[in-house]
Amino acid sequence: MTEQIETTFVEAVNATLARAMREDERVIVLGEDVAEGGPYLVTAGLADEFGRERVRNTPISEGAVCGVAVGAAQSGLKPVVEIMFIDFITLALDQLVNQAAKAHFMSGGQLSVPLVLRTQGGSGQRNGAQHSQSLEAWLTHVPGLKVVMPSCAADAAGLLQSAIADPNPVVFVENKSLYFRRETVPDPPEPVPIGRARTLRTGKDVTIVALSRLVADALEAAQRLAADGIEAEVIDPRTLVPLDLDTLAQSLRRTGRAVIAHEAVTAGGFGAELAAQLQAAAFDYLEAPIQRVGAPYTPIPVSPSLEDAYRPGAKEIEAAVRVALEWGEYDAEPWEHGAIATPHPTP
Amino acid sequence: MWRIRLFEERVAQLKRTLQVHGLIHLSIGGEGVAAAVCRQLRDNDAVYSGHRAHGHAIAKGTPLNRLMAELMGRSDGVCKGLGGSMHLVDKEHGFMGATGVVGGNLPLALGTALTQHLNGTDRVTVVFFGDGAVQAGHTGESINLAALWRLPVIFVCENNGMAEFTSREEHSTIERVSDVVAPYGFERTTVNGSDVPAVHHAFARFLQTARAGEGPMLLECVTYRRRGHYEGDPERYRDPVAEQEWAERDPLARLIDFGIGDDLIDGRTADAIEREAAEEIEQAVRFARDSPFPEPELSAQLVYAK
Repeated sequence: MTEQIETTFVEAVNATLARAMREDERVIVLGEDVAEGGPYLVTAGLADEFGRERVRNTPISEGAVCGVAVGAAQSGLKPVVEIMFIDFITLALDQLVNQAAKAHFMSGGQLSVPLVLRTQGGSGQRNGAQHSQSLEAWLTHVPGLKVVMPSCAADAAGLLQSAIADPNPVVFVENKSLYFRRETVPDPPEPVPIGRARTLRTGKDVTIVALSRLVADALEAAQRLAADGIEAEVIDPRTLVPLDLDTLAQSLRRTGRAVIAHEAVTAGGFGAELAAQLQAAAFDYLEAPIQRVGAPYTPIPVSPSLEDAYRPGAKEIEAAVRVALEWGEYDAEPWEHGAIATPHPTP
Repeated sequence: MWRIRLFEERVAQLKRTLQVHGLIHLSIGGEGVAAAVCRQLRDNDAVYSGHRAHGHAIAKGTPLNRLMAELMGRSDGVCKGLGGSMHLVDKEHGFMGATGVVGGNLPLALGTALTQHLNGTDRVTVVFFGDGAVQAGHTGESINLAALWRLPVIFVCENNGMAEFTSREEHSTIERVSDVVAPYGFERTTVNGSDVPAVHHAFARFLQTARAGEGPMLLECVTYRRRGHYEGDPERYRDPVAEQEWAERDPLARLIDFGIGDDLIDGRTADAIEREAAEEIEQAVRFARDSPFPEPELSAQLVYAK
């Protein structure tokens, strides 16, 4: 029987890892400090239950460690490798992009890589430009990888379960700002298939497509807009690759207006891909250009005043919705009244 | 060894008329290492290789016809034409993969060795790489990790003194690759890669240790790269004097001399082996030519495993 229990994102991931390791001895966990639980305690206690052969602390060697996980996956294990901060994925990209993503293809289907790479990104803790980024868009550019980005504890548990069961390399992108919120989740957790969006709020006026941390901000913006009689639909794609374009496009065809919100830099962010796919799928229904909310085109600053100004949130989403709704009523270009995040600088 | 030598000489010919595709890196001059090492392995032992991989695949058991079909981009290629020369895989024979990214195969080999270790088998993993790969970041990380976890992996470095177009002296101040691992305290040795019996004996000793689940170890084989870095390489960097070394460094000629000198084989048998290999290769070329090119839909079907 399913009950509702209170938990956090971190506890949900931890419990899912433990359950997977109990059910299947091929599942191993490896990464820097994982046997000690890591800086956010996501893997806490696993080494006590499963031992240090299956919960393996590694040196600070992201490239080799990711490659070890790929090789282990090719030869029969189901590794869950942790890259402590997504900023360090740069060091593992060769193994992820050139080996993990392509092994099944290049071998003509002989090899498969049932690998989960867990990592976390996001700003808000004054960690600065090398510990706060949102780099998921890079990964969506590589055929062969799946990219998952849960926004709540229940989805984290359900998607991690699916990711571990998947015969392909899945990059599981967490956000540190989501880690310690108290949330109510079903117990036992319900599996969430990879590639299915979730509609969190229905509305007829505008579709807000939000990723990861920005999902909660989108709901907050929707609530404020509702006070003005504006009904926003809020959808979380949950997985970027494969993408549930149908759910997003169906909503946009009903509302005619869309705002896409993520924490990553707007320019070249996944929102650009979403906007391109959505305009192609719903062009005749659009009442306004698709609006994007994201971070400005700068590295992430440390000073609280600067980081707070940098971080996109509910306020920016609300403003972008108003631009979409009032489109055509202004003489000025939308970026001139500041509602659209900064695109690439022009020469 | 004749099979590797003649296969690669035939591939060089086919490359000139563009019947094989992509960048082709030949191991002529270094075949002795592949033969001496892989002959001692079982199908369920794993081998990883780099971009100069034909010899390793052949020695591990990949059939010549399917290998040739792969290089010619055909459906019956060992990877259905999706991999090509630098990305060969033949899982059935434990050839877990070549890679086009220098040094990228070492971590993968450690991963397979970790699987072997956790499963408690006596299987081993061998990873081949050149001296050029030693300076790659993954190599240093992998050497440390393999030593730390005592994985049953045997590193086999084919030191041909050349990293692509550039000699070892211009890449590193360390002459002997086996010295690179000295501080990690695992077994290592350097042998003449043109001396096939020497490679065989050194590897046999390491293999016994690895079968017992112990490792890692490093075998450095000093070899000679007869051809350019790739087929079509203008080789402007090549010292013509080095060409004169060929006669004394050709591992195949040396092995035949050794066999005849020690009465292990007679000249007629040696010639017959060569003839049989040549026939097998011509059959492989015919097999490959008869195999169709893959249908365009194939690519999209193999992006994800089902």
